[in-house]
Amino acid sequence: MTSTPRWLRILDYITATIFMAAIGMVFFYAPTEALMGAVQRVFYFHVASGWVGMLGFLAAAVAGVFYLKTERRLWDIIGFSAVEIGIVFVFITIVTGSIWARPVWNTWWTWDPRLTTAAIMELIYVAYIMLRQGIEDPDRRARYGAVYAIVGVASVPLTFLSARLFRTIHPIVVGSDPSSTLGGFDMTPRMLQTFLFSLLTFTFVFADLLWRRVRLGILADKVEQLKMKRME
Amino acid sequence: MSDGITPKTIFDDSPRHDPGGAVKVYFRSIAAIIWKDLSMELRSRELLSAMLVFALLAILIFNFAMELDVKIRSTVTAGVLWSTFAFAGTLGLNRSMAIEKDRGCLDGLLLAPVDRSAIFFGKAVGNLVFMILVEMIVLPVYSVLYNVNLFHWGFLLILFLGSLGYTAVGTLLASMAIHTRTRDVLLPILLFPVVIPVLMAAVKASNGFLQGLAMIEIMPWINILIVYDVIFTALAFVVFDFVVEE
Repeated sequence: MTSTPRWLRILDYITATIFMAAIGMVFFYAPTEALMGAVQRVFYFHVASGWVGMLGFLAAAVAGVFYLKTERRLWDIIGFSAVEIGIVFVFITIVTGSIWARPVWNTWWTWDPRLTTAAIMELIYVAYIMLRQGIEDPDRRARYGAVYAIVGVASVPLTFLSARLFRTIHPIVVGSDPSSTLGGFDMTPRMLQTFLFSLLTFTFVFADLLWRRVRLGILADKVEQLKMKRME
Repeated sequence: MSDGITPKTIFDDSPRHDPGGAVKVYFRSIAAIIWKDLSMELRSRELLSAMLVFALLAILIFNFAMELDVKIRSTVTAGVLWSTFAFAGTLGLNRSMAIEKDRGCLDGLLLAPVDRSAIFFGKAVGNLVFMILVEMIVLPVYSVLYNVNLFHWGFLLILFLGSLGYTAVGTLLASMAIHTRTRDVLLPILLFPVVIPVLMAAVKASNGFLQGLAMIEIMPWINILIVYDVIFTALAFVVFDFVVEE
């Protein structure tokens, strides 16, 4: 393993800078929402982390397809790195969502389609990690991981669809679904700018973390190979 | 095997000469695997009996956990039955793959000169048959115990569609789970989050039929079931090769 590539270091700096800028925008640039007050500011990073979670899951499935096609270890490392990042960010999404929902919906949790799907997605990720931990042979671990990432991502849209259908037939929804955070309050231009900037920032965070995690994964892979060699 | 279909009769015809023959061989190898599973089960009865007793116990537990009196029963029957089938199903799926692995049958199957997907479909159809058999025994028992008639054509259709999607994904994931250190424990953890659309749709649709809702309200659920079945059967068909690869 060589030292940190120059582009990665540049990416680190860019990410750190725009992250600070995004925090600044959320707290000082975006106006306070009239009805919900300051708690609405959680929305910018909430949606952005949800976006990163989805990105992680999608990236894992795409990496899975490429792994099955090429059998190159790198794709496997990218796959589980993306899943790990996804787990963290979906969790952040759920927690920030609860913080917002408590004062606005008067409940921490409701079985709204998006919430349900996020929870189930998180469980799929966790199952993915457990599956990998149970397999010693690295090739098999990579293959099974790839297959499960693909199967998992294929089920998510259907889960969302059924959860939505579930609710429209049972009209006992507490509050409306979070899409009305877009429709529930009209975003002023400044809010929209902050929102889009947060999305951009978190995409950079995702890229940066993924790159770092993949480098770590490559190192871990080398260690594992050395261990195997020693045992032989 | 002395049951008529021996490996010899299956592979004797040479598929290279006519393409129709290849398809025939494909279906015959699927049939052979199903037949192997069924005849094995007919002799040992270990899989069906385990699933069945488990299913009945589950209903017993639900009975006391939820106090299934007349009022509650009408709304939760479908939920109770589908939870029961989902849990009993993992027992069957685990067992059916574990048998192959433990006695080295899987290696034998993989050595056979047939398409790998034929093995998948053979196992999946076998599992589907077991699941439907269990359902066909549990349904009348439940009907008698709680005095409801569950033999409605729509209810049976949903049972079939739901079990189809469940066993398609279940067979794929079970063949992965048996190769892990935690095997039996892992299958439900892998399977349930992925199979939730099936369970949701099946429960809602069966409930709809039991309560006599209009077709227009049930149709979306049936559509979800069909879409799920098609997508996941196709997906399992594509990726199964990678799962059994050595």
